[in-house]
Amino acid sequence: MSDNVLFALEAAANGLTVGIMYSLVALGFVLIFKASGIFNFAQGVLALFAALTLVGFQTGQVPFSHLINAIFGTNIHDFGFTMPAVLAIILTVLVMILIAILVERLVLKHLVNQEPIILFMATIGLAYFLEGLGDIMWGAEVKRLDVGIPQGMSPWVDEVTYNLFGYGFYLDELSLWALGIAAVLVTALVIFSQYTKQGRALRAVADDHQAALSVGISLRFIWVLTWSIAGIVALVAGIMWGSKSGVQFSLSLIALKALPVLILGGFTSIPGAIVGGLLIGVGEKLFDFFMQPIIGGATENWFAYMLALVFLLFRPQGLFGERIIERV
Amino acid sequence: MLYREAGDFKTSYASDNQTFPIRFDRTAYWAVMAVAFLLVPMVLTDYWANSIVIPFLIYVIAALGLNILIGYTGLLSLGTAAFMAVGAYSTFKLTTAFPEMPIYIVFILSGLVTSAVGVLFGLPSLKIKGFYLAVATLAAQFFLIWLFTRYGWFFNYSSTGQISMPERTMFGVVITGASASSTAVYFTCLIFTVAMAWLARNLTRGTLGRTWMAIRDMDIAAEIIGVNPLIAKLSSFAVSSFFVGVAGALTFAVYLGAVEAGEAFGINKSFLVLFMVIIGGLGSILGSFLGAAFLVVLPVLLKLLLVDGLGWPSDLARHLEIMIIGALIIIVLIAEPHGMAALWRTVKEKLRLWPFPH
Amino acid sequence: MKMTKIAALVAAAAIATPVVAQDLHFPMLNYRTGPFAPGGIPFADGYQDYLTLINERDGGIGGLPIRTTECETAYNTERGVECYESIRGDSPLIVQPLSTGITYQLIPRVTEDGVPLHTMGYGRTSAMEGETFPWVFNYPANYWDGASVAINYLLDQNDDSLEGKKIVLIYHNSAYGREPIPTLQNLSERYGFELVEIPVDSPGQEQSSQWLQIRRERPDYVIMWGWGVMNAVAIQEAANIRFPMENFIGIWWSGSENDVVPVGAGADGYTALTFHGVGTDYPVYDDIQTYVVDRGLAAGNGDQIGSAVYSRGLYAAMLAVEAARTAQELAGHAQITPAEMRAGMEALSISEERLAELGLPNFSAPFDVSCQNHGGSGAAMIQQWDADTQTWSLITDWIDSDRELIGELATADAAAYAAENNITPGCL
Repeated sequence: MSDNVLFALEAAANGLTVGIMYSLVALGFVLIFKASGIFNFAQGVLALFAALTLVGFQTGQVPFSHLINAIFGTNIHDFGFTMPAVLAIILTVLVMILIAILVERLVLKHLVNQEPIILFMATIGLAYFLEGLGDIMWGAEVKRLDVGIPQGMSPWVDEVTYNLFGYGFYLDELSLWALGIAAVLVTALVIFSQYTKQGRALRAVADDHQAALSVGISLRFIWVLTWSIAGIVALVAGIMWGSKSGVQFSLSLIALKALPVLILGGFTSIPGAIVGGLLIGVGEKLFDFFMQPIIGGATENWFAYMLALVFLLFRPQGLFGERIIERV
Repeated sequence: MLYREAGDFKTSYASDNQTFPIRFDRTAYWAVMAVAFLLVPMVLTDYWANSIVIPFLIYVIAALGLNILIGYTGLLSLGTAAFMAVGAYSTFKLTTAFPEMPIYIVFILSGLVTSAVGVLFGLPSLKIKGFYLAVATLAAQFFLIWLFTRYGWFFNYSSTGQISMPERTMFGVVITGASASSTAVYFTCLIFTVAMAWLARNLTRGTLGRTWMAIRDMDIAAEIIGVNPLIAKLSSFAVSSFFVGVAGALTFAVYLGAVEAGEAFGINKSFLVLFMVIIGGLGSILGSFLGAAFLVVLPVLLKLLLVDGLGWPSDLARHLEIMIIGALIIIVLIAEPHGMAALWRTVKEKLRLWPFPH
Repeated sequence: MKMTKIAALVAAAAIATPVVAQDLHFPMLNYRTGPFAPGGIPFADGYQDYLTLINERDGGIGGLPIRTTECETAYNTERGVECYESIRGDSPLIVQPLSTGITYQLIPRVTEDGVPLHTMGYGRTSAMEGETFPWVFNYPANYWDGASVAINYLLDQNDDSLEGKKIVLIYHNSAYGREPIPTLQNLSERYGFELVEIPVDSPGQEQSSQWLQIRRERPDYVIMWGWGVMNAVAIQEAANIRFPMENFIGIWWSGSENDVVPVGAGADGYTALTFHGVGTDYPVYDDIQTYVVDRGLAAGNGDQIGSAVYSRGLYAAMLAVEAARTAQELAGHAQITPAEMRAGMEALSISEERLAELGLPNFSAPFDVSCQNHGGSGAAMIQQWDADTQTWSLITDWIDSDRELIGELATADAAAYAAENNITPGCL
């Protein structure tokens, strides 16, 4: 095989694994949109907040230390202990559930039956609030996140492809892990929604709010449930992206990479989020590979959106989205 | 007692159709205009001009433009900042190519250029709706900014990639550049804001505005009663982009003086204008003013209060400020989901009845 | 306690200003929040701590205390303008905007208002031409110097020949990132190396296609002009593809702890440019401990002391204080005005002896500022990261930049600016 084909293949393979990383973020959007029709702008900030909290627990940081020091003139920073990753993850999950409860109590409850754009706006307010809260709680410095996921070139892929083609492909082990984690996550979500009582209630609400209410499903409980699950998905996304780049404000911007995935896959489809992510990932890597010599690089930011746009012109509801039926 | 229609007799269709049917409103309107044109320039300090009043006026124009698109036509757009960038770069290219052209004309031409670009990116709206369309406009956001940083022609191949505004005069008064007085800049922005608001108000209550609203309320039904969705949607994009383009031109030329596309017209600015429109009130001219005031003035006031007043460290104050703004957005939405303009409508209803509420 | 201190300061300022100001106003336009906060916090801490040290140890400059005011820009140009407007009437002696975007907005404004602007290692490169930009200073080094120093360092490593070598420039796709391209292209023609330019779009969280390309190109060296999260991701990706870290050179804004710590052991050996010393092995740090930290006056969290960007903030403050001292000598009185401060900056001379006196021996290359040259020496050093000890160490001495070439480029750019804005170059 010629070199260029090999390089393109390598770019595509990388695109697949990166695409899964996008899907992880997009999943959180889909879950909330499906259950409550809310386009949750705060998903990216949730991921940042979860990652910050996780690192904070792991390293034994004192929350709000900056604020406390400023008010009382003390000089405290950390508790002086570190926590195993598993325990810290469990505690972070509890915090995310707490946030879900608070969001439902303080925000969503008061906005029942509002138009989607109003709810969208409310999540933007939430994003601002969480961003400020995260910074005040844990500080704005870059933090290292390490829960023991290996990073770097995967020797196994390198070896196998070298034997096959005479050219060792580069794949990041972290993104291979992301592949596995995404598979586990999606399986867990499917099992949960197909085989548990709460999961069925969730699907019922997603199908039809009114009908679900009339058979006695508590909408408020379902909202807390979906926001908790979205919080956990955000934590997973935060861990994966945070391991890559350190935990800092920019982590919240990964939401922007998830939007085209969402559009492509459809707002309401979990498989759509996965397939959309893969398509976007491969598409942008290949586009960059072929077009870079012609128009220069750094096309990734807009290419994903353009791709989604072209798809939409043919399928306005996304790849797997529910068909939009309109009546007068 | 003061605030009601009763006793205010209309004797012609023109007066029956006027913007402010209530005498009190009319008086208030002229009073505000008098204050804005006569009193404010006398008391305006440089600090207030450059950090509050001028950005406020410019954001009003941008918010008006976006409101036409979202509030009146129901098309969600997240590409506002990119269209502002189109306005800014058009101004730069036009004024460096034709230095003699009067700068106000340049601003208007920049608006028209933006209009054309807006229509181009508005084409998908014929097929795509709702949040899906929002993401299509994000494509415009990222693509245009990439274009402006990628190709040297847009910034005249300057080694820095920045565009900076040369000094230009209008009626012999320096309008742009560092030596422009804040009064001149203020009047420029004020004239454009008032003219644009007047234009927006009259467009939205005319035929064009009504077709937009018909599309917004239900496009299929509108089509059935004879509204052409192609014309309605694209005209909405054109008009909206014109406003946004002028706002971008003013941001660049008189407010900042030098910009780089990615920095000054990033996605954050798109969101900021969107917040103004939603907080202020969708489909309301007054709402655009209120929303812009809320999001331009509030951060500065909070900063003055927390940092200068209470002596907090500036970074803590900034974090708190973000939290407060976030919380206020939620509170405003819970109190009145239709924005601050709807709050004002409620107040007006109450005023009409006051002091005998029954 | 700190809050009350600052409150007292503000109150004192409020009372003091209407009368004749008996202090020297050093405003700080910091960014401790926003996407780039990790870079802004240490700089702000270093700047503030040094000024606190001067107040506590020496009682200010020439007997007058330094008054600092802090304004949060969040690296946002509009907030930067607001900050500048809020301090400009308060006779600010030296404004350091800490952002290239804000710098461009302020250049015409400070020229109009007569306020000295110092952009250290960022901003408009051609501002080194003091005759065109009398109020703007960018000593001791600028981006073009950085590019030239990096190439000079590589020349030194390769027995003065880069013939046939391949060098990749990976850059932040913005005006900042494109700064070094003309210089590097020029040098590539001169020295015969091949230059490959690879842009990364902001913020730069995802760079796998860029690094795949680098892997395919097999360059001998990679130079990075990165900013924010892009740095850490690039270093991580470089470690992933097993690019030799010692052949990977970052500009000074890509050489802080924030960029290497998140990568962990993989970042070991990464090098970056710096135009000032790093680490805490300078006597001045003892004084900072005694007079600032032990008295509970440390800025921010107090946990940034000794980091690379902290040193940069400290360096900026030191240069500002020295300029104010020079200005006081020139003016013959302690209460200097911004215009006198400008004269002091233009007459600034940093010598090895003076650095030793200040407790910062060899912290900076010696340089003199003049009316023609606002750009300082242009020299820089290479620092290398040690992941085990979590410290930067200097691995070279001062490397000079090719000032002849840079002067040529800068003169052309400044002349274009002067023509565009009807400026007649000349000394004030």
